[in-house]
Amino acid sequence: MPWKAEQIRADNLHDGVAYALPVSKLGLRILITCMSVFLLLFVIAYSDRMVVSDWRPLQDPWILWLNSALLIFSSLAMQKSLVSVRQDQRESMKNYLYLAGGFSFGFVLGQVWVWNILIESGYFAAANPANAFFYLLTGLHGAHLLGGLVAWGRLIVKEGNGVETVKMVESVELCTIYWHFLLVVWVVFFGLLLFS
Amino acid sequence: MAEVGTEVEFVPPAEVEDVELYHAKSWITKYVFSQDAKVIAIQYSGTAIAIGLVALVLSWLMRLQLGFPDSFSFIDAEDYYQFITMHGMIMVIYLLTALFLGGFGNYLIPLMVGARDMVFPYVNMISYWVYLGAVLVLVASFFVEGGPTGAGWTLYPPQAITSGTPGADGGILLMLISLALFIVGFTMGGLNYVTTVLQARTRGMTLMRLPLTVWGIFTATVLALLAFPALFVGAIMMTLDNILGTSFFMPLMVEQGELLKYDGGSPILFQHLFWFFGHPEVYIVALPAFGIVSDLLSVHARRHIFGYRMMVWAIVIIGALSFIVWAHHMYVSGMNPYFGFFFATTTLIIAVPTALKVYNWTLTLWKANIQFTIPMLFALAFIVTFVNGGITGLFLGNVVVDVPLSDTMFVVAHFHMVMGVAPILVIFGAIYHWYPLITGRMYNEAMAQFHFWVTFIGAYTIFLPIHYLGFLGVPRRYFEMGETTFIPESAETLNAFVTVVALIVGFAQIVFFYNVITSMIKGKKAGHNPWKAASLEWQTPDVPPSHGNFGKDLPVVYRWAYDYGVPGADDDFVPQNVPKEQVKGTA
Repeated sequence: MPWKAEQIRADNLHDGVAYALPVSKLGLRILITCMSVFLLLFVIAYSDRMVVSDWRPLQDPWILWLNSALLIFSSLAMQKSLVSVRQDQRESMKNYLYLAGGFSFGFVLGQVWVWNILIESGYFAAANPANAFFYLLTGLHGAHLLGGLVAWGRLIVKEGNGVETVKMVESVELCTIYWHFLLVVWVVFFGLLLFS
Repeated sequence: MAEVGTEVEFVPPAEVEDVELYHAKSWITKYVFSQDAKVIAIQYSGTAIAIGLVALVLSWLMRLQLGFPDSFSFIDAEDYYQFITMHGMIMVIYLLTALFLGGFGNYLIPLMVGARDMVFPYVNMISYWVYLGAVLVLVASFFVEGGPTGAGWTLYPPQAITSGTPGADGGILLMLISLALFIVGFTMGGLNYVTTVLQARTRGMTLMRLPLTVWGIFTATVLALLAFPALFVGAIMMTLDNILGTSFFMPLMVEQGELLKYDGGSPILFQHLFWFFGHPEVYIVALPAFGIVSDLLSVHARRHIFGYRMMVWAIVIIGALSFIVWAHHMYVSGMNPYFGFFFATTTLIIAVPTALKVYNWTLTLWKANIQFTIPMLFALAFIVTFVNGGITGLFLGNVVVDVPLSDTMFVVAHFHMVMGVAPILVIFGAIYHWYPLITGRMYNEAMAQFHFWVTFIGAYTIFLPIHYLGFLGVPRRYFEMGETTFIPESAETLNAFVTVVALIVGFAQIVFFYNVITSMIKGKKAGHNPWKAASLEWQTPDVPPSHGNFGKDLPVVYRWAYDYGVPGADDDFVPQNVPKEQVKGTA
């Protein structure tokens, strides 16, 4: 009861914070929720469309499996980087960061390679809805990963400028959460592509 | 809320440690690329109002055609559809959403929660420039070959991208790009508003001590973050249909005798995506208005808001329910009747918390010390127009009644009342109310009275007759009626009358702008807290509030934002940051 004396006293001492989280982490969680709604709607549209008789699923290029492995490795490398920075092992953090970035760039290049192969084989976006959705889902995922790589780039610059470990922990944490999110999204998308 | 005989210990202010306030050094970083939410708010508001004036002029052109068909050679059918589309899209998204969230949200949230600024000031700054980019891309569509899109603000495929619709060349593409930019910008802004309200409140500011303005904007922002993705999805897929020839929304179809290459797409999918965004969007506009009206009524009636906690819950519940009513915009799309039944039910349910708010506003005024100031007049006018518009929504929310009314002028009248007249009245009321805070001066009362009465009476005079045209069966989005058996000649006369009134009301807004601009220079100095309001934005040491908002120490909050007429207190209000010991007469 907000008008009772004990409640007033308790409320007066309230520090104005709803969650015991740094603002950047809460902001990222909200952003990820927003992105999840966005990507879920594509999943719904995909599921709705794939049951129509003109759907011709693509032959899954083996490169997609390789790319998936690269993405898993990049997530693992990010996680190792986080563990290292929490233990104040800056050199190890830096190496794992570079590894994560390398694997991620490898994934993006691998996706572009897949697109190239498909286009050269005549699988144009307009030819079939399965093709269109393939390019759409992989393109969106890739675009989000590129956005993450911009943040990764800022991390590398921060590391180079010798930013203190406490601040680096927060930044690496944010990147790692985002990387894991993108891995989950890829698992869902890849699963959809395989399922159809 | 004051209890006699209770002592409260000294409560030290809490500084949010991890937010360092950015201090701009150059003119450019102070006034152009500013990270101060107050400057960003002015930027958003200025841009939104500027593009809103463009949409206002478009509405005059539409009215000229409807009122006096065949009289203006420079308005043909294609132009007319372009006017409709751009007017609608600009007003709903680029004016109302931008002004309530970007304008009022940026200015009021940090001040009302007791923060120095938003939690992500750099992202906040970028969000404005992305919004401006979105506006410029939209304006660019007027200048490309074929002009802007004429697909209606709902942009329904397949016609949105087929050659018979104006703007199919470049206009629709620029519209979709503009919307995508807007959504990106508002996601950035939305992150700020939500995170700031949750994490950056000052000591003592619990969520249930927040002014309802903050609750309205906060809930609207949550809705925006969850609903705009649906529009983004639709925009991306429609863009691909347009430029790559995919068939997400495009069915097998023949255009001007030629079989197109599209096949298998679903126009209904777009409608679901669009309205899954579109209905929460109207609450994104309405909820901040509800919150602001509560505060205007409270301050200017010198009375606490009746049933504050239920008002908060009503805002939250309306926000949640707004996600399960969308298909009431699709009753005539050929859906299964049970589907329509479900959505009609949820639509009627959402009327309950909305009605609760109207009752509580009314009860707030009951036996209150009502001051008929300009903000109060606008707040009262909002209640009247929103009730009117809401009731016509009950007609449209029922499937069977909606079928004959769908796509008639009745729908146009309904949504203009609830989206056009009512929120715009709140915007005016809010600008007049916070004008002394933002500028440090008072507006001219006589000009404001003139503005209010012409706008209020005029807006009713415009839109009330349009309901009747809808009952007659006059369709919406028609360039001209031609000869019909069911529309009498008097409808033409009525249309002409509405046009004349619309032009008068439109030109009367010049008085508002003149008042706002000249009072900034010549208006009487307002001093500190001229309305004697209790909420924190009026308790700043400087008026207008300077960078950092609250000076050296952040305020500490000891009460809710509605302590008016507290028995035994010296004055008829107690500001939120006044501790109990200083509320005289309560020992």
